[in-house]
Amino acid sequence: MLHAVDDISLTIGAGKTLGVVGESGCGKSTLGRTILRLIEPTSGRVLFDGKDVYAANRREMRTLRKEMQIIFQDPFASLDPHQTIAEAIAEPLKLSGEYRDKQKRGARVSELMEMVGLAERFYDSYPHELDGGRRQRVGIARALALNSRFIVCDEPVSALDVSIQAQILNLLTELQERFGLTYIFITHDLSVVNHFSNDIAVMYMGRLIEKAPAEELFLNPLHPYTQALLSAIPVPSLKNRRERIILQGELSSPVEPPKACRFAKRCRYATERCQNCEPALIDQTAEHSVACFLHSEKARED
Amino acid sequence: MMNQKEAAHAGGQAPALDVKDLVVEYRTHHATVQAVNHVDLEIPSGKALGLVGETGAGKTTIGLAIMRLLQEPPAAVREGSIVFRGEELRSLSEKEMQQVRGSQISMIFQDPMTSLNPVMTVEKQIAESIRHHEDVTQEEALQKAREMLSMVGIPVERGSEYQHQFSGGMKQRVMIAIALACRPELLIADEPTTALDVTIQAQVLEKIKELRNRYGTSMLMITHDLGVIAEVCDEVSVIYAGHIVEHGTLEDIFENCLHPYTQGLFDSLPNLEDRKAKLKPISGLMPDPTCLPEGCAFWDRCPYARGICKMKKPARAYCDDGHHYVECHLYEDGKITKSEVKDVG
Repeated sequence: MLHAVDDISLTIGAGKTLGVVGESGCGKSTLGRTILRLIEPTSGRVLFDGKDVYAANRREMRTLRKEMQIIFQDPFASLDPHQTIAEAIAEPLKLSGEYRDKQKRGARVSELMEMVGLAERFYDSYPHELDGGRRQRVGIARALALNSRFIVCDEPVSALDVSIQAQILNLLTELQERFGLTYIFITHDLSVVNHFSNDIAVMYMGRLIEKAPAEELFLNPLHPYTQALLSAIPVPSLKNRRERIILQGELSSPVEPPKACRFAKRCRYATERCQNCEPALIDQTAEHSVACFLHSEKARED
Repeated sequence: MMNQKEAAHAGGQAPALDVKDLVVEYRTHHATVQAVNHVDLEIPSGKALGLVGETGAGKTTIGLAIMRLLQEPPAAVREGSIVFRGEELRSLSEKEMQQVRGSQISMIFQDPMTSLNPVMTVEKQIAESIRHHEDVTQEEALQKAREMLSMVGIPVERGSEYQHQFSGGMKQRVMIAIALACRPELLIADEPTTALDVTIQAQVLEKIKELRNRYGTSMLMITHDLGVIAEVCDEVSVIYAGHIVEHGTLEDIFENCLHPYTQGLFDSLPNLEDRKAKLKPISGLMPDPTCLPEGCAFWDRCPYARGICKMKKPARAYCDDGHHYVECHLYEDGKITKSEVKDVG
């Protein structure tokens, strides 16, 4: 059995951004999709605004879906090539049943296009006529169409060039300030997540291994994996170059993982204990928690 | 004023690769894509040159043109010279070029998943390229292949496995082993770590650096990632819409960049030191390569654009060191002294 996401507990404050980082295959996208109930979990609970998402019936789920949305990494694959931009943005409006009136719907589409910075002239364009940045704007407009309050952004800028990436990140920030949106921002790009998030959760092989406010995590990473991950970022500057920690080896298989710290094989501090039991996520301070035996001792001593 | 070439010669070193005035087009029934427009590149012997720019700027086309691997048609190399160790590659026959490829110039591609043969063991693939260029027996070639594997950090016993048994980072290290098996003088690396995770990227970049140090290999590093450039390169050429708009040493570009586009690239990046700083994206998009503007290709995205920028292509202006150059109307009035730069930036 493959445990894609294993025993994760998180809370996100309304209007805040939680960054979820980790390497390919660590389960970060699965986590995002499970929170939205696009994937049914084996066990666990997600509370949105106090409501249990997995306990909702079909009708309740339809209402919840308006409020919980997702933006995908590849806006080209997630748009129907036969739909014009206006049709794509109108689709969620139509499905909701709230915009039966064609004129009202058209007005809302124009309003949304303006909101995400799409010029009126793209109204009748098809996805292939747009560049990646504009396609991502269409994805954002669709997510916002029904005044959603919570958005899972799954690598929304990874496929874009830096200059376009900055445009989309600024747009997401602007929309958050304007509508009080709550984001889960899933990415492998640590400099993006640092810029964008209030809190950061680091995942490794399906496990949450460290969580802290963004600033704290970058200044004081506790887990050896987080330390290696941060040191591996190629910094586009010649100043303040940091010492790199080069990890040995690669991810081991997530199928039937042994009862051990999943990072132990690559960890330079690993002891026998790490090979034989799995560390739990333990609070170091009110806001900073880590799953590592190096720090579980310290927490107990304090 | 000393130009680039004289400056290099003054340093006593002939360049490993000298590309001058390269023009490459892709011709289709509907339009002609002007992919590479009068590009000059010079890689000093033993150094690493970074070629940085966005998607569609022509970076990969340049790499393939140097290797003579462009599919012609639709591609057509219209003008220019590609001189490698004093020899014009464009005038070599295909047979002569095959002797250059792999043994003197090697290329690593972005996607290691599609570059390896799925029905041949990994060590045989490395041995194959060795036997192609060197007069050795199969057994000697395999022996050498295994040495290469352990050098890129792959356990020798895994050499008898197939590519699907390898992770992305390991496949890319196999590609590096193949590329370096015959000790080429020049390595062209086209986004070698873009498809990899950061910790694996760090491993691969470290390996490339280590092997280059050992063999003194010159390198052309093609990437969109300024972080990767800072990590491995000595010099940088910035490409925009198929043309080099600025060139200089790592320090010139990272600490004293002149072109508004280069500045824009840096401003677009989230700053790890100051996480609250608002990103300053470059507005608009790269021009359509089937109809490039008459003047500066960057003019409609440039915050400093004036009337002349739209009308006329800027000439090259050198800094007083004779090496760092920029093509922008802001600097056309003659020599640039580094103190002037602050006023514009």
